[in-house]
Amino acid sequence: MIDRTVLKEHFVKWVLVAFALSSLLFLFLIFIFILAEGLPLFLKVGVNKIIFGMKWAPTKGHFGIFPMIISSFLVTVGALIVGAPLGLSCAIYLSEYAGKRARMLLKPAIELLAGIPSVVFGFLGVIYIVPLVRNYLGGSGFSLISTSLVLGVMILPTIISISFDALVSVPRTYREGSAAMGATKWQTIYKVIIPTAKSGILASFILGMGRAIGETMAVIMIAGNALKIPTSILDPLRTLTGNIALELAYATGDHRLGLFSTGVVLMLIIMILNYIANFGIKRKIAK
Amino acid sequence: MSFRHWVILLPLVAALLSCSGPSNDRPGKKHTITIAGSTSVMPFTEKLAEHFMVDHKDFVIDVQGGGSTAGIQAVINNTVELGMSSRPLKDAEKRLNTITICYDGIVVVVHPNNPISELDLNMIRQIFSGRISNWRQLGWVDRKIDAVSREEGSGTRGAFEDLVMAGKEIDDGTMVQDSNGSVKEVVATDPYAIGYISMGLVDKKVRPVAINGVAPSIRTIKSGRYKIVRPFLYVTNGELDTKPSRFVDYVLSQEGQQILRNEGLVGFYD
Amino acid sequence: MRVNPRIINRLVRMGLNVQAFFTVGILIVIVAIIFFKGFPHTNFAFIFSFPEDMGREGGIFPSIVGTIQLALLSILLATPLGLGTAIFLTEYTKESLFTKFIRFGVESLAGIPSILYGLFGFIFFVIKLKMGWSLLAGVLTMTIMILPTIIRTSEEAIRAVPRQLRIVSYSLSASKWETIKKVVIPAAIPGILTGIMLSIGRAVGETAAIIFTMGSSLRLPLSIMDSGRTMAVHFYILAREGISMEKAYGTAVVLVLSILLINVLAYYIMNKAIARYS
Repeated sequence: MIDRTVLKEHFVKWVLVAFALSSLLFLFLIFIFILAEGLPLFLKVGVNKIIFGMKWAPTKGHFGIFPMIISSFLVTVGALIVGAPLGLSCAIYLSEYAGKRARMLLKPAIELLAGIPSVVFGFLGVIYIVPLVRNYLGGSGFSLISTSLVLGVMILPTIISISFDALVSVPRTYREGSAAMGATKWQTIYKVIIPTAKSGILASFILGMGRAIGETMAVIMIAGNALKIPTSILDPLRTLTGNIALELAYATGDHRLGLFSTGVVLMLIIMILNYIANFGIKRKIAK
Repeated sequence: MSFRHWVILLPLVAALLSCSGPSNDRPGKKHTITIAGSTSVMPFTEKLAEHFMVDHKDFVIDVQGGGSTAGIQAVINNTVELGMSSRPLKDAEKRLNTITICYDGIVVVVHPNNPISELDLNMIRQIFSGRISNWRQLGWVDRKIDAVSREEGSGTRGAFEDLVMAGKEIDDGTMVQDSNGSVKEVVATDPYAIGYISMGLVDKKVRPVAINGVAPSIRTIKSGRYKIVRPFLYVTNGELDTKPSRFVDYVLSQEGQQILRNEGLVGFYD
Repeated sequence: MRVNPRIINRLVRMGLNVQAFFTVGILIVIVAIIFFKGFPHTNFAFIFSFPEDMGREGGIFPSIVGTIQLALLSILLATPLGLGTAIFLTEYTKESLFTKFIRFGVESLAGIPSILYGLFGFIFFVIKLKMGWSLLAGVLTMTIMILPTIIRTSEEAIRAVPRQLRIVSYSLSASKWETIKKVVIPAAIPGILTGIMLSIGRAVGETAAIIFTMGSSLRLPLSIMDSGRTMAVHFYILAREGISMEKAYGTAVVLVLSILLINVLAYYIMNKAIARYS
């Protein structure tokens, strides 16, 4: 009897090891594959020419993605401008003001918002936001501001839920102590709670940035996908993600490698952002 | 195994069973053909396939997009038997067989409310190269021209660059969409937009622009007066098997060509 | 001039209130638009018939089936792999450089945007492994996409199981695996299920990675090597090409309803599991 159990235990252990290794294999596969396909072009054409190159015309040998790096960055900052204040306010409301009923209504609503597919956001953006911008602000409507507006809404759930977690984990004693000293609720919030939850809140912003910079479908529907760096918020632009999505199906040879190189840059940016955010959260926990 | 377990297991088993049939690609009771390639040719091949399968219930035709280049590559790799292309073959691809199924005009379109209905080729070139950037310069309102193009690698863009741009580059500031349909949508909704699409897609949502005095139509293409024309090609690797060649024969037949003509393409019978 | 902090307090409270409900309002507006414009077009026929004329007419049955196949098969593959990895990481290894390395890998990959999965899946599965655009390529790609989520949530759930339970189980002479199977996992089920439901939701709404791996064929996928559309892909193509606004809204209704259903189901299952196992 004991022998069988021991055998079974070993069997299970090795099955789990196999599973774990397979998972890792899968995960690292994508990572390594993108690197493997993306690096050669950097070596062939030169890192500077790609990252700082101003012209993207891969069929003619130009692989410059600088305008797209800037555009991705601009769209992300725009999304934060729209989403961060609103998201933080919602998180504060949820953690400090909302009663049980309000929370039960709001939390599922935020989760549902997070579940709406990006193509739906893109579609509604094209039908409603783009004409609005075109008619009241000018330009074609396919622009930086339209994209930022839609992306800002899309990253709200991320910012809200992570900020909420950060705010809620501030110990009750802080709030009580502050109230005992005669502070109003808002004074408590902005002098005590927010500073304490600071790193979590910042992490939520950074993760929101990561989400915005990685968004593809909504962006290619709304941003216009022009290759120039936008000179006004009404100008169209193309992000790194858009570049890959637009040309992937048609690209061959070096063109395709160029897309992988775009992918490498994108992956690096997001990994850095993720690392900073997680580092921030862990610091808070360590405290 | 309680009832609970079955509730979870059943959908999974159903999902597994539902896709364990023989692939549309492998020989089964039905004859199956996969056609892949140009997104410009795709909607028309789909239409032809729909009609073909009504009379030939033992055929299943699967039409995929991916672009002219991808389709040609797939034929070279023998992943599909029939490829679609909206551009002529490059030198490296020349060993493949091509069958011209029809001709498609590339039409420059504007919003229906746009009063400009005629432009000369040089002006179009300057619009898309960024030299002319305001409608005011063409006699209309003082608004920026929202030019829309296809993406690099598109057969339609390649043809447009060859036949219209003639060496001048399309400006980096032009918007880009990754299918003719979406270019049309942009032009249909933005009064200040201008773009180029396949003639087969033109409908009431957009207005075609006459080039050098010649309005695009099946008549003007056939007569040779409208020159911005490119062939739609089916691409094969050597001789076709009997199955796919039945379909190609259909496409080239009177009935098939009539379908293409109804869609606004220029065929061989008229 | 110093403004009375009480007044500021009240103003701020109102402002936050407004913003919170504005945010919910956005959701309501989105869902309302889709339902009002789409519901008239969703009926029994729409759900169960095939698309005609490139989707201008007819229904979306193949894409519904495609979505279900993709989501369920991906979960089928990812859950054992992910859960197994989580169990391995928490129960069978000690904290070491190795585990930190794995966790770093999982965290990093959690943020990879879907288009990169599309890029990878297209070149690796569709082209290099010659699967062509197929359900298989889509499922494999989707599995890799949801693996980090499942590993992460399962790990958290398993870690949250109090040590006491394990100790008691061992003291009753249960073996390690018996303990895991009968005590730890059941206690961690709510968290594990959350991860699974989240991933299903993601699979249903995903487009960028799917359109390049599963393709966009309008046929009903009857084999794992067949190409097909999911609802999200179908919706995207209808909307982008302007093929049919009505059908697009109709598809959106079914799509959003499915996601709503998944969310509701997730809540229900979670609450039941918590009630049962705590």
